[in-house]
Amino acid sequence: MSDQVGTITWISGPVVRARGSRHVGMLELVQVGEDRLVGEVIGLKGDQMTIQVYEETAGMQTGAPVFGTGLPLSVELGPGLIQSIYDGVQRPLPLIEAAMGSFINRGAHFDSINREKKWKFTPKVKVGDAVKGGAILGVVMETETLEHRVMLNPDDSGTITWVAPVGEYTVADTIAKLKMGKEEKTITMLQRWPVRRARPFTNRRPANIPLITGQRILDTFFPVAKGGAAGIPGPFGSGKTVTQHSIAKWADAEIIVYIGCGERGNEMTEVLQEFPHLVDPRTGRPLMERTVLIANTSNMPVAAREASIYTGITIAEYYRDMGYHVALMADSTSRWAEALREVSGRLEEMPAEEGYPAYLAGRLAEFYERAGYVNNLNDTQGSVSIVGAVSPPGGDFSEPVTQHTKRFIRCFWALDKSLASARHFPAINWLDSYSEYLEDVAGWWREKTGKDWLTMRNRAMELLSEESRLSQIVKLVGPDALPYTERMVLETTRLIREGLLQQNATETVDAFSSVEKQIRMLELVLYFHERGMAIVKRGAPINLIHDLPVVDTIIRAKSTVTNEELHKFDDIQKQIDQQMGQLDAEYRS
Amino acid sequence: MSEVTVQGGQEVVGVARIEGPILVVEGGTNVSYDEVVEIQDSRGQLRRGRVLEVGEGYAVIQAFAGSTGLSIDGTRVRFLGTTLHIPVAEEMLGRIFDGLGNPIDGGPEPLTDHYADVNGQPINPTARIYPRDYIQTGISTIDGVNTLLRGQKLPLFSGAGMPHDQLAAQIVRQATLGKLAGAPQTEGEEFAIVFAAMGVKNDVAEYFRRSFTESGALTRVAMFLNLADDPPVERIVTPRAALTLAEYLAYEREMHVLVVLTDMTNYGEALRQISNVRGEVPSRKGYPGYLYSDLASMYERTGRIRTSKGSITQIPILTMPNDDITHPMPDLTGYITEGQIVLGRELNFAGIYPPVAVLPSLSRLMKDGIGKNRTRDDHPRWGAQLYAAYARTQDVRALASVIGEEELSDVDQKYLKFGRAFEREFVNQSFTENRTIERTLEIGWKLLSMLPKKELTRVTLDEIAQYYKGDDASS
Repeated sequence: MSDQVGTITWISGPVVRARGSRHVGMLELVQVGEDRLVGEVIGLKGDQMTIQVYEETAGMQTGAPVFGTGLPLSVELGPGLIQSIYDGVQRPLPLIEAAMGSFINRGAHFDSINREKKWKFTPKVKVGDAVKGGAILGVVMETETLEHRVMLNPDDSGTITWVAPVGEYTVADTIAKLKMGKEEKTITMLQRWPVRRARPFTNRRPANIPLITGQRILDTFFPVAKGGAAGIPGPFGSGKTVTQHSIAKWADAEIIVYIGCGERGNEMTEVLQEFPHLVDPRTGRPLMERTVLIANTSNMPVAAREASIYTGITIAEYYRDMGYHVALMADSTSRWAEALREVSGRLEEMPAEEGYPAYLAGRLAEFYERAGYVNNLNDTQGSVSIVGAVSPPGGDFSEPVTQHTKRFIRCFWALDKSLASARHFPAINWLDSYSEYLEDVAGWWREKTGKDWLTMRNRAMELLSEESRLSQIVKLVGPDALPYTERMVLETTRLIREGLLQQNATETVDAFSSVEKQIRMLELVLYFHERGMAIVKRGAPINLIHDLPVVDTIIRAKSTVTNEELHKFDDIQKQIDQQMGQLDAEYRS
Repeated sequence: MSEVTVQGGQEVVGVARIEGPILVVEGGTNVSYDEVVEIQDSRGQLRRGRVLEVGEGYAVIQAFAGSTGLSIDGTRVRFLGTTLHIPVAEEMLGRIFDGLGNPIDGGPEPLTDHYADVNGQPINPTARIYPRDYIQTGISTIDGVNTLLRGQKLPLFSGAGMPHDQLAAQIVRQATLGKLAGAPQTEGEEFAIVFAAMGVKNDVAEYFRRSFTESGALTRVAMFLNLADDPPVERIVTPRAALTLAEYLAYEREMHVLVVLTDMTNYGEALRQISNVRGEVPSRKGYPGYLYSDLASMYERTGRIRTSKGSITQIPILTMPNDDITHPMPDLTGYITEGQIVLGRELNFAGIYPPVAVLPSLSRLMKDGIGKNRTRDDHPRWGAQLYAAYARTQDVRALASVIGEEELSDVDQKYLKFGRAFEREFVNQSFTENRTIERTLEIGWKLLSMLPKKELTRVTLDEIAQYYKGDDASS
């Protein structure tokens, strides 16, 4: 299937030049050298081709052959993706381990999707049906709870001439035949799709349902919509990965695609060892049964890191096309940008800012634009939400990757080193972060909780920004110089910070807050504030409020009240009434 | 890897260009990328190099020992047809090698037929075991609040003139497998130590050698020395050679290996030098764009794998130029390693040893190695509480410097006292003091007891009832 199309003339790290056929296509997948390493053509000039190689090139010689495949870099899509762990070019890491041992060697060629495993296929079309691209031909249960909808390749359409009866089939078996014009085409459950091409859909829908993550600072304060894009920039040690892991665990998406892009090996291992033991609260099944992992750790070949982002998003789009909500985590997009820079540098392209190629912004835009809440070709609705981590050098948000990312996302979760140093986690700075989805999702909150979330949320934000102003004054003259009413604001914002914003990802009760719990907590804190303010205005000294036992109770409520025992908040509210009532009575006269 | 081993391979006489440590050789055929070469000068002296780039009819070579004395016509280059390998053997413990792995202690070549590629290969993430066993270092600021686990990479970020060498030596001397708080202290399993020096002064190398001798560890230490006056280009290989031996010991001999790399900043400079000579497009501060990937290719050679009981734990040491933690070397290191121990100039001035600046320090893996059944149930929350309280102390100090201590509220005054005691009693300990984990926890609770109970919101009420020793009457 693959003929020699060229001969290597130059090698420098992951970039190789070869001379040969003028018929090799741009972005065509090629096999390089006798070991047939995976590569992609990224430049053509006369009979010279430039290839980026997705594996280590040490030991490769000039004069070695390059083989063409005639296909662009693609992923395999079909039942069996879920629970997989792949490298950046969709090679299954467990098979590589079984064949090569603990270390990744070169020249591994494995099917991305198991060809032997049989799936119980139930057809959803019958002979004579006219089907168009994306149509659901049948279903298989990919896990106990996940229905995998087998779809026609978006580029195909025609009339069904044969369809397989209910039964056990492998992904290579024919499950339908399709008459396309004069040709008859056999259809299997497996399809290939070029990673750099977005999968088509009918049209976009407004993104107005929040992606609930169980993280209070995200859901309550800076929500991202399903189909939206969010960025998490932060210096090292500020908790990007912990936040990404928390979202991957708790987000109310049906499918999670987690891309470890140029990050630590141990982190991927942590996900691999932890997720099979964590239970998805919505299905009662292990979290791994909704997860696809792409692991291209920092020491794996750099060009495959560049590809890993596209591999991940294509898989995400495939499940979106079935009508699912998919959340994609990319940790970290900066490492991906660095891979672009490294390859660009080896090509001796003219650099723009900080050595990054001038097309950095374009590539980031292409990636984030693949997020969306859409009407699919088959009339289902699905979404891909993207949460991209950004690792700015020195924690400086003015660097190119952070700045360009900000242009293409609508939700910005700014991590803060000083919060992390004080072990305030998630260390998301509430003054630097923003979400442009607030208005969009307000209707959902009203419907779901019957409460005016947006007003309460804005009130809390108002208090927090007042706190920031007041703390400037406190730094200069000390807290005693402030009037009691302003110190009341500081009391309340302490409750907001310690009771609401801080959340312990490692503690069972606190790790996930339901929407109902979040809104009750917010309500309670604001209630405390209104009551306290009224009393303080009558002249009660602030330390009486500060010393109320209920203050401690409110701060601890996040880990003492589970999502199932929300009635306990009524008790806390009664405690506020009782303790404040006493003070109120004393200062009323 | 003796200088006299001459393997087969084609030889080219004469080079086309010499620029710094970079040679361009024309006329070779079938040269491999990353291949090792032997370079012979006109007087017959041999040195080694490696292929950085190959094109049609030419190859770009980096000479490890530099290009001094090489001439255009009198130089012969022999291509050895293989990437750089070093011998690895258990007998290498107790020996001293140069930056390329040749013995320099007067002893013989290590007797082995086991040669390994210095570049190593990436560990498959599915083959790893997630680190869970903590290492007791006997140092409160590490064991208590930045716990080090077997299989973790935890760098020391320091600056010129600070006692990072002492701290590293103390860790190496005291490190044993951690136990439950209160469990009897028995003789722990000993670590094999692989020590790599890149561009450090002879004094520093000598200090470590002496410290290993004094603690009786010298027989289980392999030292790879590239000192300040050794060729800088060799520095690119030194940490890789050391890690190659460490991998052999950990994954084939099932030993627990502690790797100390010092000073990574010098390594980065050597890398920058080569990059500049090659005319590559620089990114920040002249460092090459691939600095992150390059560092990761070494730091990621840490961990545990399922097929071996052994482990590699890395403690790289970096001196931050101008104490700047945003400099590319500490910055990119911090993005790869699993936390960092930062030494603070102010604490050092105040005479506190080890001057660990607790707030910017972090151990990412700590959460998985401490707590119930590992150290003690309260440990995670106790640690978070100490951090939170000490962070508050910093705010109070800033306030006190403006309005004066007398003007502070009662609670803030208590924080001020807590902060001082924390530095003097918790952070500070002697070079020879080896604290058990329960001792560290005890000191922490004693300090927390200086604060009112109401301030301790990170620990549970039960824990306060059990461990709080203060006289705070309010409940």
